[in-house]
Amino acid sequence: MTPAIELSSINKQFGPVWANRDIDLKIMPGTIHGIVGENGAGKSTLMSILYGFYTADSGDIHVNGRKVTIRNSHHAIDLGIGMVHQHFMLVETFTVLENIMLGMEGGSLLFKARSRARKALEEITEKYGLNVDPDALVGELPVGLQQRVEILKALYRGAKVLILDEPTSVLTPQETGQLFEILRTLRSQGVTVLIITHKLKEIMAITDNVSVMRGGCMVAHRQTSETSTTELAELMVGRTVLLQVDKEVAVPGRTRLKVEGLSYTDERGVKRLKDVSFHVRAGEILGLAGVTGNGQSELMKVLAGSLPQDSGSFTLDTSNGVYTFNVNDYRDAAMMRDCSVGHVPENRLVQGVVKSFPASENAILGYQNKEEYGSPLLDPAKIVAATEEMMEAYDVRPRLPGLKTANFSGGNQQKLVLAREMMKEPELLLIGQPTRGVDIGAIEAIHRNLIDARDKGAAVLLVSVELDEIMSLSDRIIVMNDGMITGEVNAADTNEMELGLLMTSTNRKDDEAMATAVETPKAEAVA
Amino acid sequence: MNPVMAESPAWVRVALIPFLQLVLALAISSLVVLIIGEDPIHAFQVMIRGATNTDFGGISNTLYYATNFIFTGLAVAVAFHAGLFNIGGEGQVYVAGLAVALLCLALDSTLNAWFMAPLIIIGTALFGAIWGAVPGYLQARRGSHIVVTTIMFNYIAMAFMSYMLVEYISKLGGNSTDSRYWNAEAVIPKMHEISSSFPYSLLNPTILLALGVSAAVWVLIWRTRLGFAIRTVGSNPEAAKYAGIDAGRIIIITMAISGALAGMMAVNEVYAAQSRLILNFPNGAGFMGIAVALMGRNHPVGIVFAALLFGAMNQGGTELQFEIPSISPQVVLVIQALVVFFTGALDQLLRGPIENWFQRRAIARSQQAAAQG
Repeated sequence: MTPAIELSSINKQFGPVWANRDIDLKIMPGTIHGIVGENGAGKSTLMSILYGFYTADSGDIHVNGRKVTIRNSHHAIDLGIGMVHQHFMLVETFTVLENIMLGMEGGSLLFKARSRARKALEEITEKYGLNVDPDALVGELPVGLQQRVEILKALYRGAKVLILDEPTSVLTPQETGQLFEILRTLRSQGVTVLIITHKLKEIMAITDNVSVMRGGCMVAHRQTSETSTTELAELMVGRTVLLQVDKEVAVPGRTRLKVEGLSYTDERGVKRLKDVSFHVRAGEILGLAGVTGNGQSELMKVLAGSLPQDSGSFTLDTSNGVYTFNVNDYRDAAMMRDCSVGHVPENRLVQGVVKSFPASENAILGYQNKEEYGSPLLDPAKIVAATEEMMEAYDVRPRLPGLKTANFSGGNQQKLVLAREMMKEPELLLIGQPTRGVDIGAIEAIHRNLIDARDKGAAVLLVSVELDEIMSLSDRIIVMNDGMITGEVNAADTNEMELGLLMTSTNRKDDEAMATAVETPKAEAVA
Repeated sequence: MNPVMAESPAWVRVALIPFLQLVLALAISSLVVLIIGEDPIHAFQVMIRGATNTDFGGISNTLYYATNFIFTGLAVAVAFHAGLFNIGGEGQVYVAGLAVALLCLALDSTLNAWFMAPLIIIGTALFGAIWGAVPGYLQARRGSHIVVTTIMFNYIAMAFMSYMLVEYISKLGGNSTDSRYWNAEAVIPKMHEISSSFPYSLLNPTILLALGVSAAVWVLIWRTRLGFAIRTVGSNPEAAKYAGIDAGRIIIITMAISGALAGMMAVNEVYAAQSRLILNFPNGAGFMGIAVALMGRNHPVGIVFAALLFGAMNQGGTELQFEIPSISPQVVLVIQALVVFFTGALDQLLRGPIENWFQRRAIARSQQAAAQG
């Protein structure tokens, strides 16, 4: 049987770095093929080559046995290759139908194209069982349905091979289940699916075959039924990996942070936090679970001092004393740091570092007013020495304090931020997505550091979209949806399904009307 | 995948590329000179000799012009580090000129130069700072765009100065466009007055102030906590907020510093060199600061060299008009504009390809080394 896609000896270099080296890959038609690898292993580069964003330096691509040179994404689409990006490429103010026909209007008058597209869309939805209301505004659809629109877009363009880049990163466990159902249907209709992920459990659940990448090379091809998560993890990292975090039972002390009735409305008038109350005690890790964009970012910002709440308060009890921050109390991030609050922002590239600065300057960002970095002028020697210490402790590579931060990989930037915030031994640690973009090997160490901080008596508030991470690290878990805390569970007694339900539940009466409004399109789509 | 980008060597970025940009600008200027029927080689010889000769004060006057450009170049650069485009240098200089006039008219018969000079420096910096801080405040607290407000403040300053000069300051009490000369006792001497080894020129010790201020700006930007905050606000406002830096406050402070730097140009021009207040005395130096900062890559060392180049063009251009009368002041202006165009506005025209070439070569070499090793 001819493979749907065959790559042989693909090479791609960025500067001195081999992003892809001598890659061979065969994908049989009508299968679901997984590609796993750590960040920086070269998965995205390989897919970009296949989708025509980059051209390979050397090597051949065969599509259905025919040798091709993919010049750009239009060409890839013509060859029947479609891509669903991790960050959706949708116009939120357009309807589903308009998004699907975007770029394929075929003529200057829209109404003809619209009726043509509507008809074609009906056929596709019927064939693959992908129900979406074509006249719904995309911005009003839940994320799972938006992703379905992306898939429809690719199918409408005649895709026979569908590439999905980290498709589950924004989905709840329930939505993930629905996505997998769709992928199975697509497979039964002869569509070839190529799925890129770093979640090994999902690979085991959905794929027929799996290929493992490491350091730009393809290190193994396996039939999914003949491999295991342990073997795949080892192949990805190149050594044995502890997937489970070892930790003692927490010994919580007094309450470090008490949040009472916190609300926040953003500048567009959207209520991001609705009467949020919880507490974190010294020596425990409180996990905050939820689908991205349900108020976690805002909550962290309020607690870190960079966003003022509308109402409610929070009380900090650290060795610096007890402070309650009400609505009108002035506070900024520097003040919170003085109160021994460490903050690892979820989006380090936007908030946590200045990319154009050398690593050493980012190593003191937020702590630049501390006297230990020189007085009255900043002392570069002292800053570099402190940076070297951080790089050593958190294995930041390369160990060049003078190198521009943008030239470090994302994982190493993250490690630098973690080192900066955690080596100050804060009494309250706010930490968002601690392992996003970090290698599996490094994840182990980061998790160890978090547990150590807890055991030394720090109160840790952990936000992560990785449920596995929340469940293995936390002692207690609170779940957020639509700006509300929808539940609290004991980490030891919960499971993904329970958390998933809490992540979509709206448990408060006054929001019932809204809840039905949100739920309706989803219910229709499932039916 | 985060590709490691090799940077081209420093000498390429700060020396070779500006030099090639200059060569390209002069090549096109040659065409202009050819079109008006003169010999470009001869014209450039005249220009270079005019700017660098030591017998007739060529080099001295180049340094005198450069002094002005150092101040205005630093003003633009400091603001730029905070992500602000201060186009208001011209207006800030104007207002600082007023400070010189007020101080000298009031005190030049009672104070000698030793007391006057520090007062003048403080006065010009203060007036410039205020004229810079107001647009800074409007940007930080009211969201009015700094480019728009600084341009408008230039016009306000010019109109206000004309009014003040003609109505109150001018020697004849009306219709005159300059003030009386300051009492020579109260003014710092020019170089040729200090030592006869200097030829006659407008060069005065203010150039030492300019160099000292350049060093101070370097310390400010790269060694102080304020400079750290300024660069953080300029590079990533979100990160600044995260780090507990009040961006609004930093913007106001930066604009005050920027205005003070521009204002100090009046020490050179109004106090020392001309020793009187003349209408339109900044003569575009405030705007030229933008080109100087661009070419100097917002670094004090680069700015000093760029200021020297633009000073030399001013002086050489003046000589050119005398020596070759068919080359009018407008043609000299065209030549200067071409230099600004190629070093500033069209910076990437040469920079992109050349840096890429060096990068590719470095990569090829590292691959070769890897293959051999």
